Amino acid sequence: MAMNYSEAVMDHFTNPRNVGEIEDASGCGTVGNAVCGDIMRVYLDIDDDGVIQDAKFKTFGCGAAIATSSMATVLVKGKTVQEALEVTNKAVMEALDGLPPVKVHCSLLAEEAIHAALWDYAEKNGIVIEGLEKPVSDIGEHDHGHGIEEDEEEEE
Amino acid sequence: MKQIYLDNASTTAVRPEVLDAMLPYFTTEFGNPSSIYPLGQRASDAVAAARASIAGLIGAAPREVYFTSGGSEADNWAVKGFARANAGKGRHIVTSAIEHHAVLHACEALEREGFEVTYLPVDAEGLVSPADFEAALRPDTILASVMFANNEIGTLQPIGELARIAHEHGVIFHTDAVQALGHEAVDVRELGVDMLSASAHKLYGPKGTGLLYIRRGVKLQNLIDGGQQERGRRATTENVPGIVGFARALELACAEREAEHERQAALRDHAFARIAAEIPHAKLNGHATRRLANNVNFSFEFIEGEGMLLQLAARGICVSSGSACTSGSLDPSHVLLAIGLPHEIAHGSLRMTLGRDTTREEVDFAVDALAKTLENLRAMSPLYEDFKQGRVTSIIDESFSKQN
Repeated sequence: MAMNYSEAVMDHFTNPRNVGEIEDASGCGTVGNAVCGDIMRVYLDIDDDGVIQDAKFKTFGCGAAIATSSMATVLVKGKTVQEALEVTNKAVMEALDGLPPVKVHCSLLAEEAIHAALWDYAEKNGIVIEGLEKPVSDIGEHDHGHGIEEDEEEEE
Repeated sequence: MKQIYLDNASTTAVRPEVLDAMLPYFTTEFGNPSSIYPLGQRASDAVAAARASIAGLIGAAPREVYFTSGGSEADNWAVKGFARANAGKGRHIVTSAIEHHAVLHACEALEREGFEVTYLPVDAEGLVSPADFEAALRPDTILASVMFANNEIGTLQPIGELARIAHEHGVIFHTDAVQALGHEAVDVRELGVDMLSASAHKLYGPKGTGLLYIRRGVKLQNLIDGGQQERGRRATTENVPGIVGFARALELACAEREAEHERQAALRDHAFARIAAEIPHAKLNGHATRRLANNVNFSFEFIEGEGMLLQLAARGICVSSGSACTSGSLDPSHVLLAIGLPHEIAHGSLRMTLGRDTTREEVDFAVDALAKTLENLRAMSPLYEDFKQGRVTSIIDESFSKQN
């Protein structure tokens, strides 16, 4: 399994930040599906000023899936809801010093998970977050690589 | 950190005795077996002696043993070479859904050439049914290829019975015995197979050397044209050190086979018992007894395999998984899907394959580490959270528990 993970990915996989649940979370979102092998669930605690006070996650998936969810929760903590929208899959990947091409979809899923939690928050509070689209809660196999060119990397 | 190697189905370490036998053929005895002077003749003699030794150990005549670059080449040659040479007699091939990709992809290549291939399903334990096999044979079937032992789940097929059925229908029978040779009793005459593939590096020999047994009279198209090596059927200067090493490795493996088989099977069953007793929501993959002595394969629910492998690697444990994430594709192993595992269960699979150096302490260390790893990953898993809170049930406990 010659998976070339950066040190940052291995660090976030081995010592994931923010694993857990938040009771009565302001927003909670789950994306992915077990058939594809990745599920991410993100909980957000958002205060009255719209600032993300806490973020927690649980992930079923590979090393990259766990590392990207860990990094995504690190990046959104302390940010406003609007700022959190700028935590894109690219931002997550950059913060992790990159991902192997076949794992890029994990970072997309992490972005989706944050968006799903924000959507839940917006719905619960009857507000509209500018620029936030309803996330695809169950991204199917065919959407996995959306827009991403995956190198055909044959692993042993 | 101590390394615990439990991936002997992937490859094995060359034994010191094997290396010693090989070394002269890299340096002082470097001659080309096709050369006429003594240096070349000694190399030729070494290849002949190796061929005779291996032939004796598998019940073949020396002229029926052809050296190749490995198991994949042997499989490709057997399947493509036979089909192309015998297309005039029929264009249908029967194989199983759980073959190694060397056979499956060779069959797919033949399909693109106009051959028809039947991929037989297997039962929940990975066995090909002889009745299904017989029913799949047609008047235009020319070749059947079923593996001796599966590389992922270790299931042993009833090769002798399948070969007999094939012959009753005039069909030539090939078996990929890459995982079996040196580990199980393999005698081509007793089995009645027409072709058999094997590889040296699965039995403590060198990589880059394999063989195809071709029963006398079976016609194959050449895969590699060139010189007159291997009775004109497979060109390329012989890999003399590799061939010498292959023979030495097989001699040692056969001499120790029964004792080692018993020892490893006991360790395997010890691992089975501990995992079944100590790790919840686990399912044994493959047949409980009709399997390779060194093969342990389980699926664990609520987790994904790559994370498990990485955490075990961090503890020095080398194992493998049928998970999608280690293969570069999104689909989990074709073998695990063929035995009926749902994708989400197949994703969480683990293969440990024991070797001649494996001790009980190492197996215990690995099972302890596995239990901890699963605890960590399940604590992180949203599926496990859902299960704990009663929102979903355990597929393994509900659908597969009777098998354990």
